[in-house]
Amino acid sequence: MSKPDPDRLLAEIGELVARFAPPGARLGRETELQSDLSIDSVAAMDLVMEIEERYGIDVPVNELADLVTLGDLVDLVARRLGERS
Amino acid sequence: MDIFDKHQALAQRRGQLLGTGADPFDLEIEALHGPCEATIRGRRTILVGTNNYLGLTFDPDCIEAGCEALRRFGTGTTGSRIANGTYAAHRALEAEIAAFMGRARAIVFTTGYQANLATISALAGAKDIVFVDSDWHASIFDGCRLSGATVVRFRHNDPEDLDRRLERNPNPDGCRLIVVEGLYSMLGDVARLREIVAVKKRHGAFLLVDEAHSMGVFGDKGRGVAEAQGVETEVDFIVGTFSKSLGAIGGFAVSDHPRFDLLRVAARPYMFTASPGPATIATVRAALAKIAAHPELRARIWDNARRLHAGLTALGFALAAPPGPILSIRLPDERTTVFAWNRLLELGVYVNLALPPGTPGGVCLLRGSVSAAHTTEQIDRVLDRFARLAEELGRFAASVAAA
Repeated sequence: MSKPDPDRLLAEIGELVARFAPPGARLGRETELQSDLSIDSVAAMDLVMEIEERYGIDVPVNELADLVTLGDLVDLVARRLGERS
Repeated sequence: MDIFDKHQALAQRRGQLLGTGADPFDLEIEALHGPCEATIRGRRTILVGTNNYLGLTFDPDCIEAGCEALRRFGTGTTGSRIANGTYAAHRALEAEIAAFMGRARAIVFTTGYQANLATISALAGAKDIVFVDSDWHASIFDGCRLSGATVVRFRHNDPEDLDRRLERNPNPDGCRLIVVEGLYSMLGDVARLREIVAVKKRHGAFLLVDEAHSMGVFGDKGRGVAEAQGVETEVDFIVGTFSKSLGAIGGFAVSDHPRFDLLRVAARPYMFTASPGPATIATVRAALAKIAAHPELRARIWDNARRLHAGLTALGFALAAPPGPILSIRLPDERTTVFAWNRLLELGVYVNLALPPGTPGGVCLLRGSVSAAHTTEQIDRVLDRFARLAEELGRFAASVAAA
């Protein structure tokens, strides 16, 4: 699999994140999942499961504690996709 | 900065709940009248949320065994087994649990929470991967964290998703452990163990099943869902509790693994806590003998479960699972659920209030559990109160819509 385009990945993951965020929330790399979007630790795990399914990857629960921003999440997915290819 | 500032969001949410009526997370039981009725807020109340599945908390033989143990062995063991020694009754209970569950070895823990914490944290290590059902109980989550293993969640009760994840993570340098529950405590649905076992065998992983809510209720001998689905020999480790069907407090793990006893020197939640007290051990032994000798207790809880499930369904409530010891009703939102919970309490029925994040998929639930000790008359009285609630919920929805 070729390396994913970072902008496309941000847009795709942003779409999934929007389903867990308040309607109309603005989403950028710096957006904080918990403080800006009220996605708590439990919702974050469900969100990650959607992402895992979409990309066919596994994101261990151990790595979720380091996720603060949408950018962190995109980088994590890119890393996992890179490891797989 | 105050040290409690980090819990501000919790404080706010709790404040909102307290403004609506009784505190659902600190309800005072003023008096008990047997296993199924209590006085709460000065009112005689039918208990439909105690997990007291076989109703043994007031069994005369269990109470007598506990009293006798108190007199002979005192009120507590005052220390852990590795420091203060093992009482003969601890050993006897372990032999009896092993025999009941049809396993070679058993270890007893002080609480059910610690049984998962100890077993999972000691079985899994830093090089291992634990594959856990996404509806995990907090004790499983905490056991995983304490283990230091890599933790991968799979979709709830989805053997195909588990299969894909095992395929993607072969982990040649370590072991793989799958952790599921026999009966899930919030929605009351049953694990698809036959398929999970097939996946486990295909990938050469270990399997642990938590039968906390299913032991005593499922299977011809009451061993749980693994027995009921005929897959016991493929389950490597079973964890269970004394605080539900056995009516006491404590937990256990059983296995046929020849090295299972190593948990006694590897599991910190076993080693560094006081062992179960004499009265607890004695009542659990009596309760085990009781459920082995009285299969009619299981027949009775299933009759009650079917009667309550059918009645609630006829009233239009949305039950989350087929009839079983746990009957959870889905309600549309938190406001309605909290209203319903408070109204039931005022009508003399106690169920559990279950809200996100404590529920899977963000659902709001009234969680009920039936007991073999409920009389048919009590079940019918509960249904009568739910009928009144159903009418009021219609008016409540209209008033919310109008506001």
